Amino acid sequence: MAEQLITYVDAIRQALLEEMRRDENVFCMGEDIGAFGGAFKITKGLLEEFGEDRVIDSPICENAIIGLAVGASLCGMRPVVEMQFADFVSNGFNQIVNNAATTYYRWRQPVPMVIRLPSGGGLSAGPWHSQNNEAWFFHVPGLKIVAPSTTADAHGLLKSAIRDNNPVLYFENKYLYRREKDALPPEDNIVEIGKARIAREGSDATVVTYASMVQRSLEAAELLEKEGLEIEVIDLRSLLPWDRQSVLASAKKTSRILMVHEATKTGGIGAEIAASIAEEAFEYLDAPLRRVCSHDTPVPYAPPLEEFFMPSTEKIADALRSLCSY
Amino acid sequence: MAAKTTVGVPRETALALYEKMLLTRLFEHRLDLMYKGGDILGGMLLGTGNEAVSVGATSTLSKGDIIAPTHRGIGAHFVKGETPRGMMLQILGRAEGGTRGRDNTQHQGSMELGVIGMISHLGATPTTAAGCALAFKIKKQNNVAMGFTGDGATSLGDFHETLNMASVMKLPFIMIIENNQWAYSTPPSKQYACAKLADRATSYGMPGFTIDGTDVELVYTTVRHAVDRARSGGGPTLIETITMRLRGHSAADGAPYVPKEMLEEWSKKHPVDLHKAKLIERGWLTEAESAALEDRITAEIEEAVEYAKRAPYPEGPTLLEGVYAD
Repeated sequence: MAEQLITYVDAIRQALLEEMRRDENVFCMGEDIGAFGGAFKITKGLLEEFGEDRVIDSPICENAIIGLAVGASLCGMRPVVEMQFADFVSNGFNQIVNNAATTYYRWRQPVPMVIRLPSGGGLSAGPWHSQNNEAWFFHVPGLKIVAPSTTADAHGLLKSAIRDNNPVLYFENKYLYRREKDALPPEDNIVEIGKARIAREGSDATVVTYASMVQRSLEAAELLEKEGLEIEVIDLRSLLPWDRQSVLASAKKTSRILMVHEATKTGGIGAEIAASIAEEAFEYLDAPLRRVCSHDTPVPYAPPLEEFFMPSTEKIADALRSLCSY
Repeated sequence: MAAKTTVGVPRETALALYEKMLLTRLFEHRLDLMYKGGDILGGMLLGTGNEAVSVGATSTLSKGDIIAPTHRGIGAHFVKGETPRGMMLQILGRAEGGTRGRDNTQHQGSMELGVIGMISHLGATPTTAAGCALAFKIKKQNNVAMGFTGDGATSLGDFHETLNMASVMKLPFIMIIENNQWAYSTPPSKQYACAKLADRATSYGMPGFTIDGTDVELVYTTVRHAVDRARSGGGPTLIETITMRLRGHSAADGAPYVPKEMLEEWSKKHPVDLHKAKLIERGWLTEAESAALEDRITAEIEEAVEYAKRAPYPEGPTLLEGVYAD
């Protein structure tokens, strides 16, 4: 009998269920998350189990949703708020960057809260339902940012985020929601924030990536294996803080680094990591760092435009070939 | 003794209100002298004219209730248990101050005292207070939260969003507008077009009151009613208090835009003077008792100044501590 598989989206719900059962201070709030179960059905069934006090349908107002979550967290609650789409978090920007991120530093009161951000493109959802806006927050001390690529990490990182005593932005990738499937992780599957995962070992070059680009990078690595190249793929999992130690160790091992992310290139996470490698491991490199990212445009709607916009397996493979032949 | 007051504040309460208002006035007077003497870092914002609101409204609260004061709310901090010494250490940026030199003016917070440290984006702290009210509702805890704002910040989306959310969720929340008729240099005629800011309460489906903000007993009794209502599950109330900012926006602002006659007229209605006159008229206070109280408070403030001036600044490298909670 085949093992029961669950999807990335079900792993998120499973983590919510487990943490809400474990800790009565955990509650969910967002638009349409109650009886309707959320735009992506992640909170389906939670209202029935936990009731209206802990599964709160809110008015459409990301700013107040996040602001109320900050206040509730000051009083010992652990809110998990859902942005219907990551794109709409811009409405709550001030509460995140000026309030949640600075409170502990300013007056030593922890702000344990999670903001869930359904993000990413490839679904013809246009400029405001497709963004990867993690870099907006990457510049803000006091925040943590995670971006799982697998079912197990979707589960384990959300559990860690809920237990963390800081504001955590949890970027969940919509493209992976029902495409990623794996065995149901055990209840004690806690993925430590700040630790990367070596998704594939190799010695000729390293791809540093996360979220939706992990799978594409692995596909590219498989293509290149047939050409005799061994590519290492690092899945960052956490973006803030990112796993400096693992990335630098791999840079020193393979001496060739390719940064890959679905977010646009300029000012992206890859730029910071590339700068850090240049600062701390320059003498180990055999080739200039390369980046494969989305083009610096808003996320387009029509399929040919969006395909051209985003990194593809082929674009990643081409960049790796060029990097390895430098 | 029969209380000769139309609003029924008992003698003990009336005297406590006077003491906290007098402390606020004398403390701010001392700050002003220190600013002129070059002892204050950066800017300084005083609440002269707002004493009856910050002290009167906060005095209605019980242990466990939460406030989110503004930069005119030194008196609110004192009512909640902050000491002159603690306030001075904070304002002078000392290591022992509430924010350990990390944030300026009266931005300290303490969940132990029930005070949310304000952030300069003035709409955001009342939203946070509403989040505390949400936590009380979820935990079925018999506490209330109170947000403060000036007239200026009522133009922000946060104000509308918070009141709408608080009313929809029927939160134990009280919103106090300290309408002191000047948002920096902007008068009400350029800030809002409705007759009274409390008129907006109707659109949120909550009671709204506009009252004289120079009359501390009227503030106390009106707010007390709203607090009782919130505590018994009746939901939020909006209270607009009308007063006048008797100084510039900050110490650096001579307020040349304020008409001379207006300042003269309102200076005759200084809330502390008005309340003192009432107490003396009722025979609840003598000039000699008031003078003795003033001496005692002044001595306490002088002790605070001496202590804070001698207290060390935080050491530079401590900057890096406490960006994240463990």
